[in-house]
Amino acid sequence: MKCDRCENEATVHEVTIVNGVATEKNLCEHCAASDGIVPAPVSEALDPGAVIAGPLAPATPGRATRSGSCPTCRSTLNDFKQCGLLGCPDCYSTFRTHLTQLAARAHEGASRHIGRTPKRAGGTLDQAALIQERTERLKRLHAQLDEAVAGEQYERAARLRDEIRRLSTQPSESAERES
Amino acid sequence: MSAGHTPEPLGVHFESVPEWLRGDGESADVVVSSRARLARNLAGHPFPARSTQAQRKTTLKLCKDWLSKAGLSAQTTCISLHQAAPSERTLLVERHLISKPLAKGRPLPDAQDDDRPPGETDPRAVVVGLPDEKLAVMINEEDHLRIQAISSGLDLREVLRRAIDADDRIEAGLDYAFDEQFGYLTACPTNVGSGLRLSCMVHLPALKMTGELEKVKRAAADMNLAVRGFYGEGSDAIGDLFQVSNQTALGKSEDQILHELDGEIIPRIVEYERFARKTLMSKRRAVVEDQCWRAFGTLTRARLMGAEEAMQLLSQVRLGVSMGLIRDTTVRIVNHLMLLVQPGHLQRVVGHEMDQEHRKEARATLLRTRLGG
Ligand SMILES: [Zn+2]
Ligand SMILES: [Zn+2]
Repeated sequence: MKCDRCENEATVHEVTIVNGVATEKNLCEHCAASDGIVPAPVSEALDPGAVIAGPLAPATPGRATRSGSCPTCRSTLNDFKQCGLLGCPDCYSTFRTHLTQLAARAHEGASRHIGRTPKRAGGTLDQAALIQERTERLKRLHAQLDEAVAGEQYERAARLRDEIRRLSTQPSESAERES
Repeated sequence: MSAGHTPEPLGVHFESVPEWLRGDGESADVVVSSRARLARNLAGHPFPARSTQAQRKTTLKLCKDWLSKAGLSAQTTCISLHQAAPSERTLLVERHLISKPLAKGRPLPDAQDDDRPPGETDPRAVVVGLPDEKLAVMINEEDHLRIQAISSGLDLREVLRRAIDADDRIEAGLDYAFDEQFGYLTACPTNVGSGLRLSCMVHLPALKMTGELEKVKRAAADMNLAVRGFYGEGSDAIGDLFQVSNQTALGKSEDQILHELDGEIIPRIVEYERFARKTLMSKRRAVVEDQCWRAFGTLTRARLMGAEEAMQLLSQVRLGVSMGLIRDTTVRIVNHLMLLVQPGHLQRVVGHEMDQEHRKEARATLLRTRLGG
């Protein structure tokens, strides 16, 4: 892959998320350094093997390293594509953009968790996220319904209608959960 | 039943009927069992597949230590699978207490040269609630923790409640990996979100006979459900037993998933199967009766019996008993036999290991004895 700014090979892949919008940067070492994304090449003196074996000391979790691997477990997107499994929990923030798209495909378009949360994570998620998720879901369902009706798939249409009705009349999830 | 037969070093009474095979509960004529599974991982530790032996030992110890005092069940036993005999692991798989991959173990990236098969020394365990085996927590499977609650009949609300209760107790002492967007973080992104998989094992012999099974499977796929065989992923549906479960768990609350399966999908499948049974009884009664009794006759007379054939015949007998055609045995006995004809359990009952030919003979004898042939 080429660097976004010059003709060099891109070795730094960074994903930043601002207000829920993910942007991906692919830069060569030089451009990345001048951008302040990575400290000027200090040589990755770390033996990757040693890092895997040692206890996990996250460098900067959530930011891919220069070589595009997870800073915590050193897995790359390629590793993931090969075995279908991620390396560690921090891989989710490292490869968020990619995984958000993948999740949407695998989970009927959904890309945000609703439901139970660990008490440590502060209990229920905020209402706004929940409402947003539901609105998006309804939109998708309506589109699927139109499609089903157009294709004369009546059984599917009936099921979609049921689901839309249920979703629109559902009391707030978080209100239900608080107890 | 058999409590106190032979000393049980693992704590599990392998000759007893596990609760989930008792054959009672709601809609037990069609729904064999209900199960809830939660996938959980420890924050700050690589997932098992990406861990070294030392790291797996660490997560195993963390989980084991806490689970033993978390109050999960009145009594629990923790079975270290890297120390258990292969035959014991087979028994646990057959009882649905552990998955096949966990039984096998995962090759270690840093395994020392060893004569043993790869994965054998993989540090892993299962914690089982006793004596009913209604709760099992696998440690170091694909995720650090897989919490499973299981019950006989259609009882999804209850198994979900029990799984969540166990989850709360476990969370009180372990730090879960969680993300606002993705929910509970899992090694495979298809499990993120609530990490919940709700499933029912359903017995659908009539739909198979009327040729409508494919229709049900297609409808299930359309509803984004997974349909698997008796022993999970990739296994054939032996004995007309199928596991129906949700595929996705992101963007849906636990209650939504419960409602979809418990309130709609499973009851509909039950209705379909019952309708097919009624139809068969009114239109092809002689054929059905003949099939069920032939199966019963073979089971009570045969001298050699393969495992798959036994499952198929037991399925027919189960149908006959459920429809009131056969009164010589019960659903519970048939369910139990479906477990006992499996190689691990068969050898356990007989008391020694056997090759396939001897197993066939022992299986036939066991079936004749238990069915009063
Ligand atoms: Zn550049
Ligand atoms: Zn990672």
